[in-house]
This record gives sequence, C-alpha cells and structure tokens, in this order.
Amino acid sequence: MQTTHSPAVDGVLGDLVRGSLDHCVKCTICETYCPFSKATPLFPGPKYSGPQAERFRIGDEPQPDASVDYCSSCGICTQVCPQGVKIAEINTRAKARLHRERGIKLRDRIIARPTVLGRLGTPVAPLANYTLTSRPLRIVAERVLGVHRDAAVPRFAGRTFHGWARSHSSPPGTRTVAFFHNCGTDYYEPDVGEKAVAVLEHNGLHVEIPKQGCCGLPLQSNGLFDDARAYVRRLTGALAPYARAGHDIVGPATSCTLMLKREALEILGMEDEEDVRVVSERTYDITEYLLAMHDRGELKTDFRPLPQRLAYHAPCQQQGHNIGKPALDLFALIPELEVVEMDHGCCGIAGTYGLKSEKYEISMKVGDGLFRQIGAARPDVVGCDSETCRWHIEHATGVPSEHPVSVLHRAYGLA
Amino acid sequence: MREPMRYDVIVVGAGVAGLVAAVRAAEGGARVLVLAKGVGATHLAPGTVDVLGYADGHRVQRPLDELPDFIGAHPGHPYVMVGAEEIEAALKWLQARVAAGPLPGYRYVGSPGENLLLPTAVGALKPSALAPASVAAGDLRDGGRLALVTIGQLRDFFPALAAAALAQVDGVQARAIELPLRAAARNDLNALGLAERFEDVVFRESVAAALHGRLEDDERVGFPAALGLQDPDGVWSDLQERLGRPVFEIPTLPPSVPGIRLFGILRAALRRAGGRIVVGGEVTGVEAERAHVRAVRAHVAAREQRHSTDWLVLATGGFASGGLEMDSRWQVHEPVLGLPVTGVPDPGAPRFTPRYFDDHPLARAGIATDAYQRPVAPSGERLYENVLVAGAALAGAAPWREKSGDGISVATGYRAGGQILEQVTPAAGGSQTTVSTEA
Repeated sequence: MQTTHSPAVDGVLGDLVRGSLDHCVKCTICETYCPFSKATPLFPGPKYSGPQAERFRIGDEPQPDASVDYCSSCGICTQVCPQGVKIAEINTRAKARLHRERGIKLRDRIIARPTVLGRLGTPVAPLANYTLTSRPLRIVAERVLGVHRDAAVPRFAGRTFHGWARSHSSPPGTRTVAFFHNCGTDYYEPDVGEKAVAVLEHNGLHVEIPKQGCCGLPLQSNGLFDDARAYVRRLTGALAPYARAGHDIVGPATSCTLMLKREALEILGMEDEEDVRVVSERTYDITEYLLAMHDRGELKTDFRPLPQRLAYHAPCQQQGHNIGKPALDLFALIPELEVVEMDHGCCGIAGTYGLKSEKYEISMKVGDGLFRQIGAARPDVVGCDSETCRWHIEHATGVPSEHPVSVLHRAYGLA
Repeated sequence: MREPMRYDVIVVGAGVAGLVAAVRAAEGGARVLVLAKGVGATHLAPGTVDVLGYADGHRVQRPLDELPDFIGAHPGHPYVMVGAEEIEAALKWLQARVAAGPLPGYRYVGSPGENLLLPTAVGALKPSALAPASVAAGDLRDGGRLALVTIGQLRDFFPALAAAALAQVDGVQARAIELPLRAAARNDLNALGLAERFEDVVFRESVAAALHGRLEDDERVGFPAALGLQDPDGVWSDLQERLGRPVFEIPTLPPSVPGIRLFGILRAALRRAGGRIVVGGEVTGVEAERAHVRAVRAHVAAREQRHSTDWLVLATGGFASGGLEMDSRWQVHEPVLGLPVTGVPDPGAPRFTPRYFDDHPLARAGIATDAYQRPVAPSGERLYENVLVAGAALAGAAPWREKSGDGISVATGYRAGGQILEQVTPAAGGSQTTVSTEA
C-alpha cells in the first residue's frame, strides 16, 4: 500500500509533539489522573490512546480503533506527565483525523460554531431560549441532532457584549490592555465581560475592545481543524496589532485564552504564523493577569467584606496554563470570603463533549466526584473560570456559579 | 512579565524530597513555590520510607545503629552530611504531617531504630523504617501465616507468585486466594481503580462474603495496596472488622495507591501553609549573579515566566525523573542549573554491570554538594550559595540496592527546608553580571 504523509498537521512543532511519545516510560501517571477513562470503559485511557496507539497511526492508513473519540481533550494527562509527553495534543490530533476519516456529524458542525449560533439566537432570544428549555423540543433535538435532552445549554442574553463595547468608553489608564472576549461572554454572559472590564479599569488600566470573533476551540475539539485555523487567523489578525504595539491581551474565558496561548500552536500547528505567535506571547488569562499585577503591587485591594462561602473549582483548561490557581490567591485578598478549594478534578463537560447524547452520561459520571464535593462544602456560590464548566456545574448541583472576576467585581463594590 | 514574581524559596520537583522541603519551609513562614514538570515519583514508589535496608551485602535490622559504620564506609553518601539525628527528626516530622493530614486516622508507623520486614508483590521481604499502618500490619519479622487475596480483574498483582516466594521464608506460611469478583465494567483494572471500589461499602461486603469460610483463624489477610484513597483507614478498619482478623496491604505495580495518598497529604500540608504548587510548568533555566540564583524561568503555556527567589531547592530526582540526563554521546548533565555531575565513569569504562542488583558504576552519579547540600564543582569549590540539592539528584547513594531512597529524600528535603529557615540571608556581594543557563 502506498502511503503519503498527511499534510493536515505537521510542522516542526507538530513533529515535536508527536515525537514526544518516545519519552513515555509507561509509568501510568496519566492514567491515574484521566477523568474520562475512570468514568467509561469506552475510553481505554491516555497512555493507550496516546503514546501507544500513535505508533500505529501511519501515513493515511485508516485507524481501526475509534476509542480515542471518547477522549475529551481536557489536557490533564499532558499536565501531569513527568516525562513531557504531549499526550492530550497527540490524542486531539488523532481524534480530528478519525473524524475526517469517518465524517463529521452535522451536530458537531453546529455546536462547534458558537458565533453562528449566537448571531442566529440573539435577535430571537426569547424564542431560542424557549426552544432550549422546552422538553418536547429538546427530545426532538436529541433524536435529530444527538444533543442530549438534559445537557446544560446556555441562554441567549438577548444582547451582546460587543454591542455594549461599542458604546463603552474606557477612561485613560496607566497602561492599555486589549480585551479578548470569547463567544460565551459575547452572546450568553455579557455581564462577565462588562465586569471584567470594570475590574481592569478599576485597577487603572485602559481597556481596548477590538472587533473580534471565535478562537476556534470548539471547531478544533470537533475535528474541524481547517475551519478552526481560519477562525484563529481572523481572531489573531484582529488582536496582533495590539500585541505588536506592546499591549497585553487579557480574557476571562480560560479555555479560549489557552487556545491562543498554546493550543493553536501545538495542536493546529500554527506556530509559524506571525500573528498567532505574537498574540500567543501577549495573551493572559484574567486571573493570571490580576495576580501578576498584585505581585507587582499594582492591584487595588480596596475590597469590601464578602461574607460568603465559595467553592472554587479550577477547570482543566485553566490548569493547562501552568500557572497554578491564581484565583485562590486573589480570593484570599477579600475579607470574610470563605473559600473551599475543590480538588476532585474535571466537571465532565469539556466544552461540547457533555452535550453529545452518547457522551452526556459519561460527562455526568466524570463530574460526580466534584458535584458531591461541592454539595458537601455547602457553598453559596461556585467560583469557576470556564463558562461551559459553570453551566454544567449549575445544572448538576443547583448551586449558582460565577467567574472569579465577577466575585472580585462584587468585592470591589463595583456593582 | 515586566517585573518578577517574588518568592523566598522555589523548589523544583514535586517528589518526596521537594514536597518535604517545601512544606517545612512554608510552615516556617517562607513564601514557597513548587514548580514541577509533572507529577513526581510518589505515584510510582510504594509509599514506605526505607532508610537503610541493606549495607555491604547484609540486611539491616537497626538502621540508626548501623549508620555510623555505613557512613564510615561510604564517605560520599548523602547520609554523611545528614547524620542519624536529623534522619530521626525528619521521619518524626513526616509522621506528624501524615497524622495531621486530610486522611482521618491514616498514619505512618515504625522508626529508623528498627526496620519492619514487609512482604512485596513478588514475595520478597523489604526492610522499611516507616510504612502506613495498613502496610506495616504485614510485618514478617516474627513470621506468621498469610492469606494473600486479590480480585481477578486486577492485572497488577499475582498473589500466587508472592505466596510461593514467601512460603520459602522460615516461619512464614503463605497461600493465595483469587476472588472472581467483577469490580469494574472495564477489564483492565489497576490498583487505583480498585482503591475506588474499596471505598464502596457494598463492594467490601461482597469481598468479605466471598472470603467467608475460606480463612484460617490465625491467618493475616493481605490485599494489594488498594484499600481506599479518600478514607483508607476507614476501609482498612472496616475490612478487619468484617473478616475478624488482621488485614494488611502489599504495595504493587504503579499507580501506587499509598504513594498517591502521601502526595495528597504533603500537597495539602503545603497549601495549608500557604505554599503554591504548579504542576506542568517545566523549569527552563535560571538567572544568576555570580554564585547566587536570582530567578527561575519556567515554561508557561505560551512563554517563559520569571520568578524571583532568594533560595532554590533542586529536587528534580535522578535519571528516571529527568533530574539527571544522559545524551546519545553518553554525556551526563543536570538540566536546570547545568551543574556538574559527579560519579560518572570515564568514557569507555563500563557504566553498568550485567546483573540488575549489582553495584553499577553509574549508580552513584549525581550532584556533589558541600555539607550544607550546596552544589560544588569537582574541585570542591561551591557553585551557588543559595541552592540546596535534595533527594535522588544527590550523588553518592545506590538507593535501590541500599533501600535508602525515601530516607534520603525525606531527610535531605527536611534538612534543606530547615536550613533555609535557619540561615540569615547569605552574604551579599558579586557583580551585577547576569549569567543564564539554558536547559
């Protein structure tokens, strides 16, 4: 059989990612931490699907084993690997190839495009939200599309963050930052974006909000790499001028900032694209940025007491930034706020994974330990940096969930 | 970052040595950051603390008694600078951290005064100074009758193998029982998966029911070390009650459940003391002025982050953990600071001997230090004033042969943390020249 080299994802960094499998010593630490192989026998685990199976993925030969599809790309395996094997990156790429080989479902094409959904849903928000909450319609959606009837889906806000941004005028500051708002902020939670901007401005920063779109992460997760690259190119094209002018780029959506920082380079193989590179080096998760300001003595600490009990869950993608848990250090500055750290790991949603009818039950099982830990902590609120995780946690526990920056916003008394 | 983040101590490595150093420094009030490339060797090692199990061909019964002779015979060994008193203090300190940890009732028993003799998964006897009480309950110093039990689905523990080997030990009778219970939906169950099942009282009931009438009155019952992760003491006690006889755990292949418990305990202690830990943030280099490390650079998602620090504890481990590296030209180096590695055989000379448990010429390779664990050049000249080396990166030991690895890690980590707390800031001086080492 004649084999050709797959041109889809390569490049020097891509080769390094794949080549890292040779560092695997089969120590099982990735298996120890994989939340998904614990929850379902359908996923044999990161070691098997990653460094082991990758050796057999040669050229254009079809993949005989589809189990890697049950990997959620949460990235925990890569974080904990003591040998530097890029397990999650290998698996995400294998998953994408599998989807290309076997065809990408209509459902996956739809849920991977939050901007399109947002543009369609926002003007007709009451109707769209009714559709999303109507049991009969959800059953139809499950049958026709394969979106699980019980999965947590967000409500359209009926207004957009970018609409608010157009009329917002940021006061001059000691420094300028560019604000990267994600699709979730734009269409579902504009208040998170507004509060983040208010917190940055409260700390003396001038906030520019460029016109921008989706980072492409959902497309990447669903195997639509070419479309994802096009989105990354558009977004980084909009943000790159700020990076080149020496401005940092700050965003509240931890998985989207990670996409710009690292995943677009390592998974989509875009490390040679100049815009991507300059943006990646200047992008910060908002808690990372605020804590760095605090470490430099630049963060205002005029917090009012917040007599509440908060359970903090650091999403997997937040952990992928390799910056620890800055939110915990920021919360520690707020008087009377009682913080309980959740350490059970993944909530199970993994972006769009838990929406899928064949994966919803797995997703709930993955999150079960976290949900029980939250229940036992009896919090007033769950702090969490990722919007899809927040929606899933609220759905599963009934406890309201907030972005850390919303908590800071309240504590600053900016509400 | 425009300006650095600032710490009193940065510890590189999240194995036993690194975590012990970090916890001790943080508890003493230092601002501590632990940076680790990944999760450490705790998850692979059995979670016991072996201080000195073998010395010059014989099994050690009383490590502290033999230590003076051992130190005399091994002048480059890390125990030379630590000494018996500090080893004892370090182990007591660790026991207290375990007892005060998040696992109710879970504790480490034993002492470096006298070794326990613990059955291993292949039926050898391992001399350990400290072990979780549930593991120490398998102590065979006085022999005894053992029933070694496993769940058929677990692929990583074969009690028939262990029992056959143990049955050859004087005073020990051992037999194997394999329970055909289905513990999980998947076929490839490991110790961690089994530990989670043992947390479930219904599963424990089914185990006890399956053993009903199959045990002799004077038999101790050994299970693979998988008796729970969240409440291991509760699981252990419950099984003893249900079976009406002593139960013990035998550490088996990775993932190591007792090791994961120990990691969790030390991590919790670090957080309680206000320390930060970042796993997945590989250190790429340091910035130094003369003989002082001023900052550590770590890889974060898109870039390097610079953390200023007064002290650096290098606890990156040996060859297996990447703390020491050998390239394809047989050059050995230390990747964080580029420290000289001592004990490497000359080019052309043999590095290994054919038999695994022999004394390999490369075995004692590592970082040479002064008496305070500060790295030194082959000439003996001190290389850094504010760097302390702890654990398996240190030169001079052959841990798997001596059964001394965790003892070295606990003792040198404890001592490094303590020294930082004791010492005043090292004498200022040196030029402003910035020297960088690249990984």
